[in-house]
Amino acid sequence: MSAELDNLYQEIILDHYKNPHHKGLRDPFESEVHHVNPTCGDEVTLRVHLAEGVVQDVSYDSVGCSISQASASVLTDLVIGKPVDEAMSIHQTFLELMQGKGTVEPDEDVLEDGIAFAGVAKFPARVKCALLSWMAWKDATTQAQTEGVTP
Amino acid sequence: MEGLLPDLDVIRKDFPILERMLAGGQPLVYLDSANTSQKPQVVIDTMVDHLERHNANIARAMHQLGAESTEAYEGARDKVAGFLNAPSRNEVIFTKNATEALNLLARTIDLGPGDNVVITEMEHHSNIVSWQLACERSGAELRWFGLTDDGRLDLGNADQLVDEHTKVLAFTWVSNMLGTINPVTDLVARAKAVGALSVIDASQAAPQLTVDVQAVGCDFLVFTGHKVCGPTGIGVLWGREELLNELPPFHGGGEMIETVTMARSTYAKAPHRFEAGTPPIVEAIGLGCAVDYLGHIGLDAIHRHEQAITAYALEGLQSVPGMTVLGPLDAAGRGGAISFELDGVHPHDIAQVLDSRGVAVRAGHHCAKPAHARFGVQSTTRMSSYLYTTPAEIDALVEGLHHTRSYFKVG
Repeated sequence: MSAELDNLYQEIILDHYKNPHHKGLRDPFESEVHHVNPTCGDEVTLRVHLAEGVVQDVSYDSVGCSISQASASVLTDLVIGKPVDEAMSIHQTFLELMQGKGTVEPDEDVLEDGIAFAGVAKFPARVKCALLSWMAWKDATTQAQTEGVTP
Repeated sequence: MEGLLPDLDVIRKDFPILERMLAGGQPLVYLDSANTSQKPQVVIDTMVDHLERHNANIARAMHQLGAESTEAYEGARDKVAGFLNAPSRNEVIFTKNATEALNLLARTIDLGPGDNVVITEMEHHSNIVSWQLACERSGAELRWFGLTDDGRLDLGNADQLVDEHTKVLAFTWVSNMLGTINPVTDLVARAKAVGALSVIDASQAAPQLTVDVQAVGCDFLVFTGHKVCGPTGIGVLWGREELLNELPPFHGGGEMIETVTMARSTYAKAPHRFEAGTPPIVEAIGLGCAVDYLGHIGLDAIHRHEQAITAYALEGLQSVPGMTVLGPLDAAGRGGAISFELDGVHPHDIAQVLDSRGVAVRAGHHCAKPAHARFGVQSTTRMSSYLYTTPAEIDALVEGLHHTRSYFKVG
């Protein structure tokens, strides 16, 4: 069981948890969302700044477990600076990995540190933790686009 | 250890699930009984026997099985009435759970503008949201008792909160998060003094304290079956008979009527007034068996056991560096649920590591978000014991917490 636990809590995840990247709320932004995991109370407030079809910034403030915190950190690493279309495609790849019940082989070229979450997919109760900030990002990005502020 | 149930080994054998081995060959250490209790073999067997040999709908089947099923279901009502020391069996209403029982009251008690409902900050969401909805519908005002820093009700402003406009005073007997045992007879007296109805949520009390509705003197009391060694899907509303018969019906349907025409209907008296449709028959029978089981062991003995285990757990938890226990720190004034924080490790991560060692606890807000907010925490880890819990299981929890700290390299 300890091996499976180590598979869940990969060093990469614990590193992101202890030293999260891009944390804190920043200006400018076109949309801000607040997402909650109602079963456990984990929360994230997340802002998206888009310009010229590119994700210029994703900033967030969050409380929650190591998985949800590390996942937000990895998300920002992966999508900031990417064209929105590509970022959405990375989102889809991460979603498929998380919903794959441990059967999906993660693509390191696309997901980079995100491959560390492959072990999470085997713990159904924790998948929501890993997806909290990703769902918030998608929601915020969609809002920013439909409101037509940019691009 | 003093206070433990003398036949603990024998009692544990009554619960087949306690033999369960988990992944990695870990024996189960079940410390989540405030969430739901485990079921003794006698409850399981009683329910299976009913389904195998006596199953029929109740009160409407004119055949032998129908008579047997009705007798078993109504027998369960007698057992629950005995468990609560209710003056009349007609005062025991079977519901789906405690939540439904509270919603039944919040839906049927007449409220209006100018009235107020008083609850507390340590309620389970079921005893908050149902009254919020009732106040939104009726224009009544919702008020609540705050909490002291040590997790007790702050009664300092009680005379201002509970006044001549108070219609309902609804409160938990034992907090599911803080473990606090509230002064129920004092609160009931306050309600009585202003002519308000008292509603007690005994979901956490019924498993571990003697619940005597006549001694407490309350108007209504609810609890759920699955926390007292019974099945899920069954709860109880107890109310004083004259009050129940004054309340309007909750659900309309079969079995709750006297007569029905296309123009109008007249309604049965309690308990059937509030049991529309086919009830959870086998669940009620299972609950009847469960309260018999608890009665056989004795609630006083169970309470002593819980106090001994809780005192031992409080002591063990304090040995873990970075530990903060929420709620009263003396075992005498609290129930068997202990919520805590561990510096540097999130409750989910604590629960996950403990689970890998076979130790089952709950992590989150335990359906008591306002109580968590009161203490400035987002979530906690909660261990909760019951009559089958051993000191060795508490040791396994404490060892698991030390291991958790080292796993996450804290301290």
